[in-house]
Amino acid sequence: MPVLRDASGVIADSWIRVDHAGEIADGMKVILPWSEDFAPPAGLPSFMLGLHLPNDIETAKVAPHLARLGLISVDFPSFADGRGFSLGRRLRNLGFRGRLRACGPVIADQFAYLLACGYDEVETPESLDRRQPQPQWERALRAISRGYQPGYAGGRSVMQLRHQYGMEP
Amino acid sequence: MYHYDDFDAQLVRERVAQFRDQVARRLDGSLTEEEFKPLRLMNGLYLQLHAYMLRVAIPYGTLNSRQMRQLAMISERWDRGYGHFTTRQNIQFNWPRLADVPDMLDALAEVEMHAIQSSGNCIRNVTSDPFAGVAADEIEDPRITAELLRQWSTLHPEFTFLGRKFKIAVSAARQDRAAIRVHDIGLEVRRDAAGNPGYRVLVGGGQGRTPMIAKELRAFLPRADLLAYLEAVLRVYNLMGRRDNKFKARIKILVHELGIERFGEMVESEFEALDRSEEVPVAAEFARIARHFAPPDYPPAEDEPEALDRALAAHSDFADWVARNGFAHREPGYLAVTVSLKPIGGAPGDVTAEQMRVLAEAAERFSLGELRVTHEQNIVLPHVRKSDLFALWHLLRGHGLDTANRGLITDIIACPGLDYCALATARSIPVAQAISERFADPARQREIGSLSIKISGCINACGHHHVGAIGILGLDRAGVESYQITLGGDPANEASLGERTGPGFPFEQVPEVVEQIVDTYLALRMPGEGFLQTYRRVGMTPFREALYAGAA
Repeated sequence: MPVLRDASGVIADSWIRVDHAGEIADGMKVILPWSEDFAPPAGLPSFMLGLHLPNDIETAKVAPHLARLGLISVDFPSFADGRGFSLGRRLRNLGFRGRLRACGPVIADQFAYLLACGYDEVETPESLDRRQPQPQWERALRAISRGYQPGYAGGRSVMQLRHQYGMEP
Repeated sequence: MYHYDDFDAQLVRERVAQFRDQVARRLDGSLTEEEFKPLRLMNGLYLQLHAYMLRVAIPYGTLNSRQMRQLAMISERWDRGYGHFTTRQNIQFNWPRLADVPDMLDALAEVEMHAIQSSGNCIRNVTSDPFAGVAADEIEDPRITAELLRQWSTLHPEFTFLGRKFKIAVSAARQDRAAIRVHDIGLEVRRDAAGNPGYRVLVGGGQGRTPMIAKELRAFLPRADLLAYLEAVLRVYNLMGRRDNKFKARIKILVHELGIERFGEMVESEFEALDRSEEVPVAAEFARIARHFAPPDYPPAEDEPEALDRALAAHSDFADWVARNGFAHREPGYLAVTVSLKPIGGAPGDVTAEQMRVLAEAAERFSLGELRVTHEQNIVLPHVRKSDLFALWHLLRGHGLDTANRGLITDIIACPGLDYCALATARSIPVAQAISERFADPARQREIGSLSIKISGCINACGHHHVGAIGILGLDRAGVESYQITLGGDPANEASLGERTGPGFPFEQVPEVVEQIVDTYLALRMPGEGFLQTYRRVGMTPFREALYAGAA
């Protein structure tokens, strides 16, 4: 079983991946795969609808659907393929406020960067978890107290702290 | 120069601890070699032919005497007592053990240094003009922008797993001494008609196997937009750049395939859509950093000290050195001096620990404690009082650091090549050494005049051969080294890529080939003409005829 975690630790996955809308049963929270003719299934409230995106998607194509989605899962085919970092930022920029999930063999050392780019949670293969269990992910999150870049650190970037800019007094 | 505040110091310390943990996790199997590789590369650690290599970042090539001493200590304690200054204004240690690297990084952190992003598919060490703060033709100190970008690019959450490496260079002078036209992004500090500061933004330049001259993306970008605009450029590159072929993954290929207009439209639309609500005004951080680069308090100095005139008259070696290696300083009574790391027959850019200490001492006594590393693999002492020149020369002379060849034919750039590098297809350093010995006579070098030779040991072009007046590229032809020659390359304002003369030459023949090129130039040049001017006037034909006449 893949492992799902967020900043609080390993969490249960309440979403079910299905291949097409015909598989949706009552009360299921589903993640559908992206297709060119994707349309949100009628009658499904946004908090029950998720969408899995390839990392080379043209964001303009998915933008019209963002308000109908409770979760977006972005494919990371390899930890070294960093397109998903920018895709996450772009989806947040477009106003997506639902749950954002990175899905694929990303490593613990990338956890903080993923969260900084707008992701809430990470779904990794079970085999990776045997090598990199939860304590490594927690340690990785604490490794660097704060980065320089404003806009990636929830208001706590070095540049903001230095200039006390845009912060609560 | 810039000094860390508590935030900078903490980040570098934490990065060392993080790397120590990553090394331990590699050794206990938590990280596979494939996973560890980009993590170590982002900390400057390569696996070379014979050993690991640690590349230490020297941001925009500026360092102080204390840092230089620490580099000497590190080279003795954990390496083999020498280091190699690179074309990225960095220093490499060629023989560290993996287990020692975290301790080496700790020693660097003690003197406000690190190896962060000196390698890997991320934004690399930002480079700049080695005569920053010295040259009379600069608008402002380019290092303020370079330091701002160093911080902005350090451990950038979004741009640390790019398709390929990404290099930024900054110039703030009329004369481009930072080769900004052969970088992924080149920034030229400018002012608009109203006098507001900003940048001309160039994109898509680079060397490697597909060399390209950068194109203009924005004629004028207001300073306030700098970081946001770069974020937009990098995001478009990260999402759109090719990932299917490592050799087509640089931004230059994306810009080339889309065309600069289309690429520019994509950047502008990304830029317009950015959420800048948390942005700190660039002016605020720029002003904070600028205070670190305020001109030093220059002790009073005579502009034409009598003692100097006497020494110049009495010692022609000294006079040659001052004339050749001196660079005009905008402060009266001062001169910037290039310390050549290209002694005849030496390995370009190599220095021993003892020489590093001498350089540190020279900086302390004669250059207000400051040094610069140039992309030509030399050292600059930026602030030397003219009255101190003779004493400085004596100090350097005692340690083989007085070669008077800045910009001459023996001031050769060479990558490490097959002597060290796992990617190399041929030797570079021995070629440089052989050419250097062939042209050892100082009078002959002066007669030839300024002429840059740049040597790479493979098509990745770390030795910048595409922009050498004479470029030499070492290839492997069925197990035999073969050297391709290009002519007419220029990294500066009139940037141009060298043109191939024709079929390559064997290793032994290269010095003779260079000599034929030089003789052809000397026979054809008009009074006062440099090599590039002559080449641009007469073209390739006479050189080709000289090199291949017997072959046809």
